[in-house]
Amino acid sequence: MSMTETHAPSEQQAETEALLDVRNIEVIYNSVILVLKGVSLQVPKGGITALLGGNGAGKTTALKAISNLLKSERGEVTKGQILYRGERVQDLVPSELVKRGVIQVMEGRHCFEHLTIEENLMTGAYTRRDGRARVEEDLDLVYTYFPRLKERRRSQAGYTSGGEQQMCAIGRALMSRPETILLDEPSMGLAPQLVEEIFGIVKDLNEREGVSFLLAEQNTNVALRFAHRGYILESGRIVMDGAAADLRENPDVKEFYLGMSDEGRKSFRDTRSYRRRKRWLS
Amino acid sequence: MPDQVLFALEVTINGLMAGVLYALVALGFVLIFKASGIFNYAQGVMALFAALTLVGIMEGQVPFEHLINATFGTGIHGFGWQVPAILAIVLTVVVMVIFAWVVNWLVLRHLVGQEPIILFMATIGLAYFLEGLGDMMWGSDIRTLDVGLPQGINTLVDQVTFDAFGYGLFIDNLDISATIIAIVLVAALVAFSQYTKEGRALRAVADDHQAALSVGISLNFIWVLTWSIAGFVALVAGIVWGAKSGVQFSLSLIALKALPVLMLGGFTSIPGAIVGGLIIGVGEKLFEFWVGPLVGGATENWFAYVLALVFLVFRPQGLFGERIIERV
Ligand SMILES: Nc1ncnc2c1ncn2[C@@H]1O[C@H](COP(=O)(O)OP(=O)(O)OP(=O)(O)O)[C@@H](O)[C@H]1O
Ligand SMILES: [Mg+2]
Repeated sequence: MSMTETHAPSEQQAETEALLDVRNIEVIYNSVILVLKGVSLQVPKGGITALLGGNGAGKTTALKAISNLLKSERGEVTKGQILYRGERVQDLVPSELVKRGVIQVMEGRHCFEHLTIEENLMTGAYTRRDGRARVEEDLDLVYTYFPRLKERRRSQAGYTSGGEQQMCAIGRALMSRPETILLDEPSMGLAPQLVEEIFGIVKDLNEREGVSFLLAEQNTNVALRFAHRGYILESGRIVMDGAAADLRENPDVKEFYLGMSDEGRKSFRDTRSYRRRKRWLS
Repeated sequence: MPDQVLFALEVTINGLMAGVLYALVALGFVLIFKASGIFNYAQGVMALFAALTLVGIMEGQVPFEHLINATFGTGIHGFGWQVPAILAIVLTVVVMVIFAWVVNWLVLRHLVGQEPIILFMATIGLAYFLEGLGDMMWGSDIRTLDVGLPQGINTLVDQVTFDAFGYGLFIDNLDISATIIAIVLVAALVAFSQYTKEGRALRAVADDHQAALSVGISLNFIWVLTWSIAGFVALVAGIVWGAKSGVQFSLSLIALKALPVLMLGGFTSIPGAIVGGLIIGVGEKLFEFWVGPLVGGATENWFAYVLALVFLVFRPQGLFGERIIERV
């Protein structure tokens, strides 16, 4: 399935152990709408893995399938397996998964509007049983990564800016002491330099705190700069995957996802045939 | 002071006391509505059921006595003991928590993510079921409930005002206790929701239950918790109303009094429920006092609704309805 066989040396070590292993899953909404048609992907320990694709490709669905948030939207994993550290996790409730170290930051941030920033962060520690002192320590840690949140700790989240809300959502997830964060479209609706800032923090968290990320993004360009590996999802199927550096250089990715073209394939027909070819390959 | 003013003062104070009771009932609605977006039609019946259970336990009644006797041809008539009020209240709270759990387990759990109207329908079903269950468990007689709250005219107020104005204000001790109980209850609820982890989780669920799920808050647990608290509030309302006018079917109709309070105060606001209750209590009594005689009385039946309607037209989210924060 892999389109690229070469891996940059820096990715080698990140790939030693697959924390999260999604095997050929199919997801159906409302018992009729088939959205994921056999998706497989691995998230290695200590890496940032990007899941790329356009609107409606199924990125959010894939993330929710993993975090088990599908059920409350009447979605269901009907085929395939989801393993975390080799253990089947798809029948667990979300809180169990959070306790095992997997937490999702939802698309559109979803802060608790009427709670203050600090209260929002504290809800992230809901499942923890390791005592107040530890939680306070982590709160300080979150504030060192997001100094802006500290300034706004007493503001109602609903009245903070989009960027602050995104930071709040990530900070809230951090408060659960996660091993893996499923981060859904953090760049959504944010100014480019804010996107850079947030991705920079994600990278720091990854390198210094050892948090692994599965990052769903439409913004292929930024995501591939910060990620180690990438998967490209199209209409519910993975059509390509490989090291981020390779994907960035791949002519097809350049053309269809990065908006660059060096081969001059512009016509609609070419696109179509390319897409069809990719689907059969996957 | 002229008599008219003194009368009006007395009416106002009595209105405030009645308002406290309306607020208590409205509070139960608000709690459940905030946490789960459900308008719980059964709140009034919950108050009735809680009061019936309390009386039943206090008087040592055997639950389902009639049913047992009819089925097995036995002639059981009570356990033959009396349970002290405090213990009976604790046991009733336990019953209400079990009730909350059963409702969640059998009904709500299966309706996650359904339209609000469907959940509303479910609570209508629940109301009638609970009414029947109350009948079957404890019988359908009118019961008197006396948990030892002081009753009758407060002689101190009477004496003091008589000395001061030459007219003794009539204020019922029961109303004073009800007010104190309500204040303590509200303070406890506020403290719980502001300063405990579970309270914070409850508010989080009220804001965004998808996000609450994502951080590992269990909706089932929060719902059982809310319904338990609402059950407890219903019990308190049941105790006070029951002490005032006996435990009988009409107790469940106090829910109808809570509706205008909610329209006025907003469905999502605890302060709204309280202030709304007070406004309606006082407004109703003063209106009856001044305008009632001119239109032939009985304005108390409809005044609250008219007032609420007027409010609804000008301020649909209610007096204190939570500002809807626009997403950026
Ligand atoms: N609750 C739902 N019920 C039915 N269909 C849904 C539901 N949620 C998503 N879908 C459908 O599933 C498909 C994939 O949606 P999904 O949100 O996973 O895409 P996405 O890749 O995250 O898109 P975006 O980049 O716009 O967020 C879409 O066609 C969408 O209409
Ligand atoms: Mg999405």
